[in-house]
Amino acid sequence: MILAFLILIPICGGVLAWTMESRHPGTARWIALAVLLGNLGLTALLVPARFDVVSAVGPFLISLELAWMPALGIHFHLALDGLNLVLVFLTHFLGLTALAAAWTEIEHKIGFFYFNLLWVLAGIMGVFLALDLFLFYFFWEMMLIPMFFLISVFGHANRTYASIKFFLFTQISGLLMLLAILGLYFIHGRLTGRYTFNYLELLGTPLSDVSGMLLMLGFLMAFAVKLPAVPLHTWLPDAHTEAPTAGSIILAGLLLKTGAYGIMRFVVPLFPKAAAAAAPFAMFLAVIAILYGALLALSQTDFKRLVAYTSVSHMGFVMLAIFAWNQLALQGALIQIICHGLSTGALFFLAGALQERLHTRELGRMGGLWAAAPRLSGMALFFALASLGLPGLGNFIAEFTILLGVYQVSKPLAVLSALGLISAAVYSLWIIQAAFHGPPQPKLVLADLSGRESAALLAMLAALVFLGLYPQPVFTAAEPALTHLTRTAATQKITEAVPAPPGENPHASP
Amino acid sequence: MLTIPVSHGLLLAGILFLLGFVCVLVRRNIIFILLGLEIMFNAAGLAFVAAGARWGQPDGQIMFLFILTTAAAEVSIGLALVFQLVHRLHTLDIDQADGMKG
Amino acid sequence: MELLWLIPAWPLLGFLILTCLAARLPRIMAGSVGVGSVGAAALTALLMAWDFLKHQPGRNAFTQHLWTWLDVAGLHLEIAFYLDALTLVMIIVITGVGFFIHLYSLGYMAHDQGYTRFFAYMNLFVAAMLVLVLADNLPLLYLGWEGVGLCSYLLIGFWYTDPANGYAARKAFVVTRVGDTAMAVGLFVLYNQLGTLQIQEVMQRAAAAWPAGSTMALLTALLLLGGAVGKSAQLPLQTWLPDAMAGPTPVSALIHAATMVTAGVYLIARTHGLFLLAPTALTITAVIGAATLLLAGFSALVQQDIKRVLAYSTISQLGYMFLALGVGAWSAAIFHLFTHAFFKALLFLGAGAVIHALGGEQDMSRMGGLKQKLPLTFWTFLAGAASLAALPLVTAGFYSKDLIIWQAFASPRGGLGFWFMAVAGALLTALYTFRMVLLTFTGPARTPVHHPPGLVMRLPLLVLAFLSLTAGFLETPHSLGHMRVFSGWLHTCLPEAGLAAGREAYEILFELLAGLAALCGIFGALRLYHPLAKSRYSLPESLRQYWIKGWGFDSLYDRLVVRPYIHLAQFNKNDFLDLFFVFLAWLAKTGHQTLAATQNGRLRSYAWGLGLGAAAIAAMVVLL
Repeated sequence: MILAFLILIPICGGVLAWTMESRHPGTARWIALAVLLGNLGLTALLVPARFDVVSAVGPFLISLELAWMPALGIHFHLALDGLNLVLVFLTHFLGLTALAAAWTEIEHKIGFFYFNLLWVLAGIMGVFLALDLFLFYFFWEMMLIPMFFLISVFGHANRTYASIKFFLFTQISGLLMLLAILGLYFIHGRLTGRYTFNYLELLGTPLSDVSGMLLMLGFLMAFAVKLPAVPLHTWLPDAHTEAPTAGSIILAGLLLKTGAYGIMRFVVPLFPKAAAAAAPFAMFLAVIAILYGALLALSQTDFKRLVAYTSVSHMGFVMLAIFAWNQLALQGALIQIICHGLSTGALFFLAGALQERLHTRELGRMGGLWAAAPRLSGMALFFALASLGLPGLGNFIAEFTILLGVYQVSKPLAVLSALGLISAAVYSLWIIQAAFHGPPQPKLVLADLSGRESAALLAMLAALVFLGLYPQPVFTAAEPALTHLTRTAATQKITEAVPAPPGENPHASP
Repeated sequence: MLTIPVSHGLLLAGILFLLGFVCVLVRRNIIFILLGLEIMFNAAGLAFVAAGARWGQPDGQIMFLFILTTAAAEVSIGLALVFQLVHRLHTLDIDQADGMKG
Repeated sequence: MELLWLIPAWPLLGFLILTCLAARLPRIMAGSVGVGSVGAAALTALLMAWDFLKHQPGRNAFTQHLWTWLDVAGLHLEIAFYLDALTLVMIIVITGVGFFIHLYSLGYMAHDQGYTRFFAYMNLFVAAMLVLVLADNLPLLYLGWEGVGLCSYLLIGFWYTDPANGYAARKAFVVTRVGDTAMAVGLFVLYNQLGTLQIQEVMQRAAAAWPAGSTMALLTALLLLGGAVGKSAQLPLQTWLPDAMAGPTPVSALIHAATMVTAGVYLIARTHGLFLLAPTALTITAVIGAATLLLAGFSALVQQDIKRVLAYSTISQLGYMFLALGVGAWSAAIFHLFTHAFFKALLFLGAGAVIHALGGEQDMSRMGGLKQKLPLTFWTFLAGAASLAALPLVTAGFYSKDLIIWQAFASPRGGLGFWFMAVAGALLTALYTFRMVLLTFTGPARTPVHHPPGLVMRLPLLVLAFLSLTAGFLETPHSLGHMRVFSGWLHTCLPEAGLAAGREAYEILFELLAGLAALCGIFGALRLYHPLAKSRYSLPESLRQYWIKGWGFDSLYDRLVVRPYIHLAQFNKNDFLDLFFVFLAWLAKTGHQTLAATQNGRLRSYAWGLGLGAAAIAAMVVLL
């Protein structure tokens, strides 16, 4: 039941925050804080002593299955394994960060804001936990609409355009996924006579090449838009730039990750053959994303827009790793998911802090801020360095393991994407130069970080350093789940006698 | 008995209908448009009568009675609209009443 | 021995204290933390050395495991330190020279606003550099490798208000990162082929799996060489080092002369097992070294900025080390690294004292006559210069450089060509070194002296001058006592160079020639640049400009890489891929407007539509 509570508590908290708005608007913040802390405590209860306890269906630590619409094969089916436990932790962590960012930024319609915030988080949590495809789709849509409101109501100048663009991209691609889900449902039903949306039962549905490819593409479209993969990324810079700070943090830190999670959990295990066939193409696109995002980031003059394009580049690594589909790369992808969430979230946090103080996001109007706000600038330096993959921080572990894993599968692509490390240095250092170094702006009064801001950023900093020096807990937690996923995909491939896929390729002797 | 071929009756009805329709299309005065509509109604009625005569059935004439009543109702509503138009826009020009454009 | 981890921990602790307390720390405290932490590291290092020599651990190496970094899907990495003779030399150089440079900085930076920040970065640098040399596996080495690059970036751009400094800093970081990326790819290849990244295991497995001269060995060696070339500012990635002089002078002394730039040399020496399997890679290393030492020597000859002379000189001396590595004279390379650290740090600190005294003046044409005004600086600088110019018999530079010059000829991989280039380089070195000394210290005074160096600045100069003159006696040639302390020690972990058959006989002759070259260079400088010299020979202006600009590499890279990349980025600022979606939106909007236009509210046009539609349907019924 804890799993259901994880989702229900934010939903109820959100409603409560909204209803309290008319009388005590300020309480919404405290409600949100209490909800998130309470949820975090609940999640902590779920951490087991050992992760490698494998039940019959998979390495699930805890699961919950309630009948919802049994006649149609729809169940309220949530389950938790090491992989999504890590992601649920990330959700809470970034939720708290977003809360810290919004604390003073949002002053109107406070209740409605926190309602949306909590509902987005509930939706994301649901996406990470759902094991019923219908339920998954339900949560997928549920996180979309509050996010739309966060951008369109609380965003900056060009918010309407950005929010509609965001909505159209995600909604249309989501519909394709719905079609694919229904397609899979009917094919499975016709073959076995059991019409069900249960992920675990749908695994291993035999599909013809064409239908497998079509269904896989339907899922992949939805996830690739969220990820985002080039060339479907163009909603992202607009949405990130126009969203309020908390919205940007959740977009970059969590919403993009649902795309990555979706590919890991659904696309490849459900359609291993089609995914293997599409993998070279997808990996190629991922490398393009890495280099192209980095190139675009360099020319941006808007702080948030710049950081948004770096997300395209970083998420390219994730997509590359997932389609490489071996243990090393997948583990790297998970770490990248976490570290990108933290480092980019922190950069958005800082961009928001600067906007609150300077009322601009234009890099051209910043410069020399170090003298005025050394703590803020030092933090920015740290997170810029994290985003360029400095060893000792989590992002390095992620990129290193990803490239190490990808190299086993495709040497040229690994080498090409390593070039992304150079361009990452170029844009990261440019941020520092443009905003914090350089000649100081005359007459610039800038308050340094407040205690609340420092605490949020320090927590992210500590997490990145920890993951950089001792990432093992995450690896250990995710290991059984990822092994299970790769094995599920692999066994199907063998039974269908498909030529050896890219994947588990132990060190080939020369 | 001299019988008029049904085709003549239908042809006449068709010509009347077209004349009425052209009146509706080209006139801007709403009174004339209503006149045109009346002509079209009667053209249709004529076609029914002609057809009824051809088959020796009373149905055509019954239909004509129906059309008459409908036309009466239509004219009363139409004239009410004319009143409203004059009352609100002080004109009989139907093109002035284009407030519903998209 | 168990205290090994303390060596990098001390400066790291210093960094943490300085960063966390930052503004709250009084200046005096910040200085003592900054210097004290490195001092503690130096003491610990000496303790380690004593312990190491006394107990001689098994297999001549000691490994300390701290914790498991990561263990995933067969990739097992430890945070572990590896101590052998090579590492010991490096940590003593880093902490020892580092300590004196920190001490010197107390005086040099005394009036700077970013005092605390300076020491924080410097401490972080020392910590990262120590991790680099102590690392037991390649990713940990890479951690230190990038860490020192980061500190180099931070310290070059230390005076951040000038955008030019920021540009130099970013250039240094990005150019070295090009090399680092090659090195990272090298790690991927090694792991893919050998299944491990632990340095000693890599070398063992490589030797077992790859025959000498195999493609894989060549590939990995070249990729690692790419990293080394970037870090050590060798051709073709040398362009960042002269610009790196934008940082405060102690930074140049510590990072861009004594320690960080020698990391490339260390890397190749550390992975010598791999390079020995790839003779072609060694030859390429030697060729790069030889070419770099000459090119940089010529550039040093014409520079006007005293720090840029020293920067090109550093590139050139690193070229010697690469040459030595390339011909298989491992311990000679490390020995030159060792002495170079002393005398080049000394020269930078001396130059810093001059710059400090003249209130920030770096142009040698505006110096002069400082011999009387700054006697101590002059004499110590002269000691460093003599050592750099390899003045025979009395300087450390002579013993280490002559060893390389001799090995360039005598080693089985060496040859007359390498020897000739090395000797020409020695001549050039002496020439530009004494040109610098003469321009700076002799002749008429052109700028008044503001701040003569204080005690904390003078002490390091003296100590380093002493070491620059005497450190060479650890290793002397056959003809001069045949001391073998240094190489005897290093041969516990690095192979001996060996001599090609029939070349021993020439040793004295070749050494005399090399010594003569240095003397000729000094003499030439006196003839050309002494204020009393009559002959004033000047180079053609175009050639001079060409050399000043470092053989045009900068403008070449600018045109080939930097500007196209920036233009491409600017050109595509609005992301042309978005045009497709903008087009879709436009299509929808236009369609909407077209249809909306038909809804004009006119009764008669609707009637027309009705009529035409009915006609069309009737026509269809009739026709079909």
